Amino acid sequence: MKNFSGKVLFLDRSDINTDEIIPAKYLTEISKEALKPYLLEDLRIDGFAQGKDIKGKSVIITRANFGCGSSREHAPWALEVNGINMVIAESFARIFRQNMFNCGMMAVELPGQSIDHLFQVFSGKETSIETDLEKNVFILKADGLEEKAGFSISDFDRSLVVSGGWVEYADAKY
Amino acid sequence: MGKTVAEKIFDSHFVDNPSGDIHVIGLDAVFCHEITTPVAINDLVSRNKDRVFDPDKIKAVIDHVTPAKDSKTAMQGKILRDWARRHNIRDFFDIGRNGVCHAIFPEKGFVRPGYTVIMGDSHTCTHGAFCAFAAGVGTTDLEVGILKGVCAFHYPSTIKINIVGKMLAGVYAKDVILSIIGRLGVNGATNKVIEFTGPAVDAMSMEARMTLCNMAIEAGGTCGICHPDMTTVEYLWEFIKDKYPTKEKAFEEFKKFSPDPDAEYHDVIEYDISRLEPMVTFGFKPDQVKPVREMEKTKVDQVYIGSCTNGRIEDLRIAARVLKGNKISDSVRGIISPATPKVFRQAMDEGILKTFMDAGFCVTNPTCGACLGMSNGVLAEGEVCASTTNRNFNGRMGKGGMVHLMSPATAAACAISGYITNSTLYK
Repeated sequence: MKNFSGKVLFLDRSDINTDEIIPAKYLTEISKEALKPYLLEDLRIDGFAQGKDIKGKSVIITRANFGCGSSREHAPWALEVNGINMVIAESFARIFRQNMFNCGMMAVELPGQSIDHLFQVFSGKETSIETDLEKNVFILKADGLEEKAGFSISDFDRSLVVSGGWVEYADAKY
Repeated sequence: MGKTVAEKIFDSHFVDNPSGDIHVIGLDAVFCHEITTPVAINDLVSRNKDRVFDPDKIKAVIDHVTPAKDSKTAMQGKILRDWARRHNIRDFFDIGRNGVCHAIFPEKGFVRPGYTVIMGDSHTCTHGAFCAFAAGVGTTDLEVGILKGVCAFHYPSTIKINIVGKMLAGVYAKDVILSIIGRLGVNGATNKVIEFTGPAVDAMSMEARMTLCNMAIEAGGTCGICHPDMTTVEYLWEFIKDKYPTKEKAFEEFKKFSPDPDAEYHDVIEYDISRLEPMVTFGFKPDQVKPVREMEKTKVDQVYIGSCTNGRIEDLRIAARVLKGNKISDSVRGIISPATPKVFRQAMDEGILKTFMDAGFCVTNPTCGACLGMSNGVLAEGEVCASTTNRNFNGRMGKGGMVHLMSPATAAACAISGYITNSTLYK
């Protein structure tokens, strides 16, 4: 199972699309590793600097409809090769969300007000998150602050995370 | 309780219910192209699972970058080509016979009412125009589709959009779908199927219905669906005439997938298009739409006509009617990519290509290239493109470029004037 804890990158915008996560011109790469330098290359958010802000981060917290647009699984892969295995958002585009779990990664939805609260308390601070998959709780920490946030994922999504993805699951079963 | 189209299709393809509302369904077709499939193929090989569930149900095409532009894209084509050969996938379309996936597969009769289709491409929702459930998926879902012929989805919930009214001059299916996306928002149909119904849809050709369904994903929709009727039957007749004694019998069969009168919808929207004007996008999201007249005086550097949204013969005819007898502005580069060889040939036979060339357009081979900034018309930083494609995301057609989405008629008018322009000026 992958790691779902570590430092947090806050992206304060809704509708971040897969062209922004990984531009189409890099889809000619056959290896996932080759995508690494280009993650979020075309994302324009005030105060976001691609090189410096991605480095060392393990989790993204963002707003609504993350991953809309193209079906490219290169989007989760570009996150994965940068050490980011989990995105927490108010909502996700369907294909992106499914791609994350199919890769054994996590796309977790929290209510809009919880996301607002996390942005208010932690955005701009050096924040870390611990994910407890047994108890379904996130523990966020920054500057001596600590908060817990419960979450839920479906049994099916959990089984994909635990079994390492959909290919092995489906080939054994169908 | 009655069922929607998608519910009927899901229930007739049920394989498993692993948990909650997740349904694993059997697939009638798995479509493949050279951008997302090679990674799936390589992964299957590395897992020692280089198999396909049924070579006759897998259709493959090289369309995104064709002819190959460099060694990397040549290798993507080669991986797909070699794989199609070793698994005896007969419906594989390589250069000379290839076209944009969502135009060529319907044209070959590969999509029928009641079918389930997946592809590693978000615009797979196009095929719902034939009353199929067709959804874009990622590489892992595609891989499992290729291997086992199944895919997992949440049991579908549907928004019905009942479209009424007659379109004004200069207004086309593209304007209708742009205005619907403007109303729903880019997130408005996430995890939902959209049924497009009503007299305005009944009056549309299959080409126009495909334009409508193509952009369901831009509102987050899983699939756009139209109900089957005699227009559907006529389009498919050459492929199904041995299977049914008459067209009426075929329709009777297809009608089984029409929704029940008491089907339950997540939402029902009445949509009157009788006053709709030609529409255009203005920002970096497809729900940022305005009437063309509010965007006049916006200068364009390039006009692109083509793609899975608007590269079919009807689209070319519409654009050619606006262009006929006109020259495009000196400040504009005009590019037209007929979506398939059949469309290309028809356009040649009908004199449409001559109209485009006389006006000053460059006619390229069928390919997706420019739409996603991969080849055949990439924008430079600061340039503006009037485009009949489906996405205006930042950087979509080239880093630093701006894309305005519009109908083929409006795009042709923009080419002539050099500015965003209403096509009715040229008729």
